[in-house]
Amino acid sequence: MAAQNQNLAPILILLAIAIAILYLHLTGGSGKTRLYLAAALTVVGVLLLLPSLAVPLPSWYTSWFPTPKIQLGLDLQGGSHLLLEVKLDDAVKNALKRRGEDFKRELASNKIDAEVTQDPSGAVLIKLKDPSQRSQFLDLAGRLYNDLTISQQSSEGGAVYAINFTPHELAQVRSSAMDQALETIRNRIDQLGVRETTVQREGEDRILVQLPGIQDPERAKELIGKTAVLEFKLVDDTHSVADAQRNGPPPGDQILYGRPEEGGRQAYLVESPVLMTGDVVTDARVRPGGRLEGPYVTVDLDRRGAEMFDAITAANVGRRIAIILDNTVYMAPVIKERIPEGRVQITGSFTIEEAHDLAIVLRSGALPAPVNIIEERTVGPSLGRDSIRDGELSFIIGALAVLIFMVVYYSGAGLLADFGLSLNILLLVCVMAALEATLTLPGIAGIVLTLGMSVDANVLINERMREELRAGKSPREAVKLGYERAWSAVRDSNISTFAAGLILFEFGTGPVKGFAVTLCVGILTGLFSCIVVTRAWYDYLISQRRLTTISV
Amino acid sequence: MSLQLIKPDVNIDFVGKRYFFVALSTAINLAAILLLIFVGLNYGVDFAGGTLVQVRFTEAVSGSQIRAALAPLHLGDLTVQDFGKVGHEYLIRFAEGHNVRNLGRTIGDALNKAGNHAEVERVETVGAKVGHDLRTDAIEALVFATILMGVYIAIQFRHVSWSFGAGAVIALIHDVLVVTGALVISQLQFDLTTLAALLTVIGYSVHDTIIVSDRIREDAAKRRREDLATVMNRAINETLSRTLLTSGTAITVLIALLAFGGPILRPPAFTLLVGFITGTYSSIYIAGPVVLFWEGAGRRRKTLSRAA
Repeated sequence: MAAQNQNLAPILILLAIAIAILYLHLTGGSGKTRLYLAAALTVVGVLLLLPSLAVPLPSWYTSWFPTPKIQLGLDLQGGSHLLLEVKLDDAVKNALKRRGEDFKRELASNKIDAEVTQDPSGAVLIKLKDPSQRSQFLDLAGRLYNDLTISQQSSEGGAVYAINFTPHELAQVRSSAMDQALETIRNRIDQLGVRETTVQREGEDRILVQLPGIQDPERAKELIGKTAVLEFKLVDDTHSVADAQRNGPPPGDQILYGRPEEGGRQAYLVESPVLMTGDVVTDARVRPGGRLEGPYVTVDLDRRGAEMFDAITAANVGRRIAIILDNTVYMAPVIKERIPEGRVQITGSFTIEEAHDLAIVLRSGALPAPVNIIEERTVGPSLGRDSIRDGELSFIIGALAVLIFMVVYYSGAGLLADFGLSLNILLLVCVMAALEATLTLPGIAGIVLTLGMSVDANVLINERMREELRAGKSPREAVKLGYERAWSAVRDSNISTFAAGLILFEFGTGPVKGFAVTLCVGILTGLFSCIVVTRAWYDYLISQRRLTTISV
Repeated sequence: MSLQLIKPDVNIDFVGKRYFFVALSTAINLAAILLLIFVGLNYGVDFAGGTLVQVRFTEAVSGSQIRAALAPLHLGDLTVQDFGKVGHEYLIRFAEGHNVRNLGRTIGDALNKAGNHAEVERVETVGAKVGHDLRTDAIEALVFATILMGVYIAIQFRHVSWSFGAGAVIALIHDVLVVTGALVISQLQFDLTTLAALLTVIGYSVHDTIIVSDRIREDAAKRRREDLATVMNRAINETLSRTLLTSGTAITVLIALLAFGGPILRPPAFTLLVGFITGTYSSIYIAGPVVLFWEGAGRRRKTLSRAA
């Protein structure tokens, strides 16, 4: 359920009236007030339903009254659904790596000679060249980092230490990585310009993305898949790339490849140290460019970034600088002069869409960890329409069957039960509208099922009334005993189905949640309409002394 | 104008024939278990992972034509299943799917190229790990729900006998097995919505058992002189009308859902229908006998305290 600015007013209004009716039901009385309140409830309910039925409303109405709408699930309106898994373990490793680099700098400035590496599990390993500096090291570490655990590796005799996060800090790192991933993905998806998208967290490390109306989620998938780590490195023009590809790169260098082109991917030999990263980017825009170079992206840097870039360009005029995104070299232009304004232009034979997406990705920032798409569902609009039609048809037929049966079998009492049932369904959809709940195809099945199940209460009550009448009780007594004695069975049996519905709501996703919602709400509105409201009618008749016999 | 299908003085001997029905039920349950093991459910992509494509053709097309058209895509092992309109709508399943860009469009194009006007209506891809996780979650949910229901009933009816809880649980397990067996035989897709239907069956099966048990509880309090078997039989007969009717209304509605609700709702509608029918049966023929076995049919109930 997308948590849009949820206006609680509609549901509170419904609840208030319902509680009033319930109170009167419990304290007894003529039933007349209850019936008026029930009528009011119906009117409020219908008003709340109007927006969902696409009835055009005058503006004086919409400015005063809340207009909540039922959301249609993707299986009914068509669209794409993506479930993403954020690799939080990688986020933790990256965070530890940054700590390791911090450590390196601190150790160096404190003249402690050590080698800092990272083992496969992510833990940072510090090997002291001089074991006697042990206490100095521990002292320093303890002072600076109280959110890390430092454990001694026994094998090396006190010279090697493994650094990890404390459990508390670990949870923090994971949680904030998740938040950042969520924010970044949300930014990217928002910029796609698709209406009413949903990006929400599912569990500890999963993100749900819903794109209504989108049949082809490829572009969204590409946007999501980019980790978007932007790096600037210097190109090594003194050595041959071909040599490096054959014999391995010289120390301090690495081989990176450019974007896929006609002739394959170009190889670049770059110096490994990262001069600047994407966290200094404040904005990225697409410019149409001329006929030659096509659309390009201008990237603005913040003050720190501008200073850094100034320094880099000043120190390296004549050399090439590689602009790298997710380890792919996008371009490697020659630095012709110092660039103090903090603006970078990235060209590279982009289509307008590619340039656009690049800008989106640079603007929204890097993902703290890679994201995998573990589930993808796309429903076409024609299937959605068919599903709605099927759902409506089965509902109408089911409703007719039950309504006719009740009247035929229980005559007067059956007619009353039918009224209760109709009110039940009306209230059910009104509550869903008030909550701006999502209607899915299984949700429609849940409504159909509610038709059959809620009428049970009336069957039980009517059967009980027949029994009491047979035993010679007066109509008034029969009504009283019928409702009273049937209640324990009705209550217990509905609690069990309600509990099953709650389990389904907790455990289910999307369509299944829709089913659980209609089931549970249907039980509540059913108990209310089929018991409380029908009783009000009998009480009214009794108070008017019109109940000489009961037609049941 | 009202009807009365079940006469008020009906007196069928349910309890007397219980050995027969218990034997029958046990046989059915065993058959269901065997079917489950040797034939197996038709797991949907939700649980098995992989990719599912729902395709509709304007002219009738055969399964082999579809395979031929998709062969050049090298999708691996394909399953082609009838769905919806016969000969026109199909479900295509295969294990891969992540490596192909624009899967829906690619498949649609391949089918159209082979000359069949195809429309891809739905594509669902689920990673293997997700499928596995869901399977474990599903079993957990089923077990949890069953135990929860059993405990609830045991507590509610404790004054008559603790064994009501046991009776309800055994009836529940019976219902789940029968429905599962039916799903194996029909080979309908077992996916998340089908599982949801199964969980609902658990919730509803208890609903029915409660109606009968409630009456047994009430009668047991009133007629303290009679032995449990007689009380139970009378209670079941008294509630026969309402048991059949409440199930009847639900079952009518489910038949409408199954017949008119479309092919996507077919697995859950079928599950609910079979589940509700056996739920009614098990309330009468299983829950009761279990309690009797526990308490002993003829024994006078000396320790009957006040019924709740």
